[in-house]
Amino acid sequence: MAELQFREAIRDAMDEEMARDERVFLMGEEVAEYNGAYKVSEGLLDKYGFKRVIDTPISELGFAGIGVGAAMNGLRPIVEFMTFNFAVLAADQIINHASKARYMLGGQLNTPIVFRGPNASAGQLGATHSVAYDSMYAQFPGLSVIYPSEPDDAKGLLKSAIRNDDAVLFMESEQMYGLKGEVSDEEDYIIPIGKGKIKREGDDVTIVATGKMYHIAKQAATQLAKDGVEAEIIDPRTIKPLDIELIVESVKKTNRCIVVDESHPFGGLASEVGFLIQREAFDYLDAPVRRVTLPDVNAPFSKPLFDLWLPDAKEIIDAVNAVTYRK
Amino acid sequence: MAKKKETDAIFTPIGIESGNNGQIEKSVDLPDPTEKSHKDLGLSDDDAIKMFEQMFLQRRFEERAMQQYQKGKFGGFLHLYIGQEAVSTGTVHALNDDDDIITAYRDHGWGLLRGVSAKSGMAELFGKATGCSKGKGGSMHFANVEEHFWGGYGIVGGHIPIGGGIAFANKYQENDRVTATFFGDGAVDQGALHETLNMSQLWNLPCIYIVENNGYSMGTAARRHTVNEIHERAKGYGMKSAVFNGMDALTVYENMKNIADEVRKDSKPWFVEIRTYRYRGHSMSDPQKYRTKEELKKYQEIDPVERMKTYLIDEKVAKKKEIEEIEQRIEDDILEAIEFADNSDFPKDEALYEDMFADTPHFHDRK
Ligand SMILES: Cc1ncc(C[n+]2csc(CCOP(=O)(O)OP(=O)(O)O)c2C)c(N)n1
Repeated sequence: MAELQFREAIRDAMDEEMARDERVFLMGEEVAEYNGAYKVSEGLLDKYGFKRVIDTPISELGFAGIGVGAAMNGLRPIVEFMTFNFAVLAADQIINHASKARYMLGGQLNTPIVFRGPNASAGQLGATHSVAYDSMYAQFPGLSVIYPSEPDDAKGLLKSAIRNDDAVLFMESEQMYGLKGEVSDEEDYIIPIGKGKIKREGDDVTIVATGKMYHIAKQAATQLAKDGVEAEIIDPRTIKPLDIELIVESVKKTNRCIVVDESHPFGGLASEVGFLIQREAFDYLDAPVRRVTLPDVNAPFSKPLFDLWLPDAKEIIDAVNAVTYRK
Repeated sequence: MAKKKETDAIFTPIGIESGNNGQIEKSVDLPDPTEKSHKDLGLSDDDAIKMFEQMFLQRRFEERAMQQYQKGKFGGFLHLYIGQEAVSTGTVHALNDDDDIITAYRDHGWGLLRGVSAKSGMAELFGKATGCSKGKGGSMHFANVEEHFWGGYGIVGGHIPIGGGIAFANKYQENDRVTATFFGDGAVDQGALHETLNMSQLWNLPCIYIVENNGYSMGTAARRHTVNEIHERAKGYGMKSAVFNGMDALTVYENMKNIADEVRKDSKPWFVEIRTYRYRGHSMSDPQKYRTKEELKKYQEIDPVERMKTYLIDEKVAKKKEIEEIEQRIEDDILEAIEFADNSDFPKDEALYEDMFADTPHFHDRK
């Protein structure tokens, strides 16, 4: 095991896959000479040169689409967005083309592309720079959406994503880039897309959380344990395909479930998990499933409002108290 | 087919001056400033002094804002306009007070010249309820719609069509207003610009699209992201265009005035490239490895604020002492603004749900 920062784990995954497969290349704004806006691609230009580490103009729609075309024509692009907030400009290429080309053309080609970059907010960046897009993309058939919470998951899942023959969105939280964690040094370390993980065992309540929200859930669980409540935390790691079996098994044991989701409440991961649990494990539930999400308002800049806007450990604890009828 | 040499397939942006293998070597080539005096341009002594005041206000406001940021008084992004003040100042004098202005996130200067007081600007940076956008927007979203400053926007190129729309409404309402839409050189590569230019020309919208080319978009020198001179893009749309020096407020004034007069007369859009320079990093977290200290120094030697100061003294428009008094007054105002921002309240919790709707608010599953 090696201790790595989140950004290093992602870089290692890209590095290993680029070394392994000549068709893999990286492109995006400031990824080459600037070494990446968040230093994720640091050193890759030196190693792979201008052919395979490519700076683009600020043309999200254009370079995302160039990535899709290149993927259709035999390459395996990794397209970095400076954040998924700006990738909205490229949504047509992702939603209408990367996800649909194969189907529309009756399976004549593949679209092996990874779109990656920071997701959600880094704090106090205002309304256009703070949105989590994992749930939104999960709406569309043909796309896989990964939102890892720890360096180890990031490495193993990104390698899978790069080898995947379809389009994958790989979301990183900007606030987690410096987060350190043990990463397997197994040669060619791969985690399959679509497999969740029980990250903390407990009998009293199931908490489902991905990405940055996993860390908030962990804080809440530590707090709750002092109060004698043992939460089981499941990180699905992949939003889509979703490891619902793992969640359902856990709920059958704990009989209660909270879903923590960094997006807005309408039609996101939290609603989906809530629906599937009532369908698959209705008889096991001792309380309605609760969700902890952003409110249905845009991100404010002001610090106190921003803190109020973002889900925190207290909100999770309150939700646990509600489903355990403790307070 | 024979496999080509490895070196044939390189996707580094080599831009205007090719053959440099992607090495950064950009500094902005500056067209000469105007030789006319403020009087030749129809400006009074008071106007010229006012221009200096306005540039100094923007400069000092941001220098102080930077200090407050470093002290941890506020967070988020802070993009400074320092070095570019001649552009906003010359433009604001050239336009009528009810002409419309919209810009990107490097917006403090624009706000300060269009009715955002130092107090409400500083309070906005601090995220206070007394800020010009009630603490909801922060550094990137200064605005004063009442005085026709439609705000700063954070998605690169995202506000360019909005500028077109404001011009569209002006034409529709037959009110003779001109709209000036400002954006950075990096934004010219967004599709939004091209779609907007085409429609603006097609519909003869009374607007000016202005690239504030400060040499860099983040760490990318302009020459590394564009294959031709930026102002030449206008040709593709049959649009009138200009390129001029943006380190001199009088030059900006002269050109923008002529262009605005023409737009008002014939309602045909313009595409303008104003060359200027940003002294600070892209934002506060930028290590600035992409440029040399010498290059920066070269531009600081032609600093627009100092230039205007020297001009006023040389032309005997103002005495050194008067200038110092102006500087002191502005300094005092800004220190007062910091105190005001510090002492102002943060928005109340309820404010989170305010300003979302003009009509009956609705929120999904409000807790
Ligand atoms: C659509 C979009 N892509 C990327 C970004 C990230 N970003 C913010 S500013 C910037 C550079 C823009 O440079 P330029 O337009 O030249 O303006 P300047 O900062 O020089 O004023 C980038 C890449 C963004 N905000 N929006």
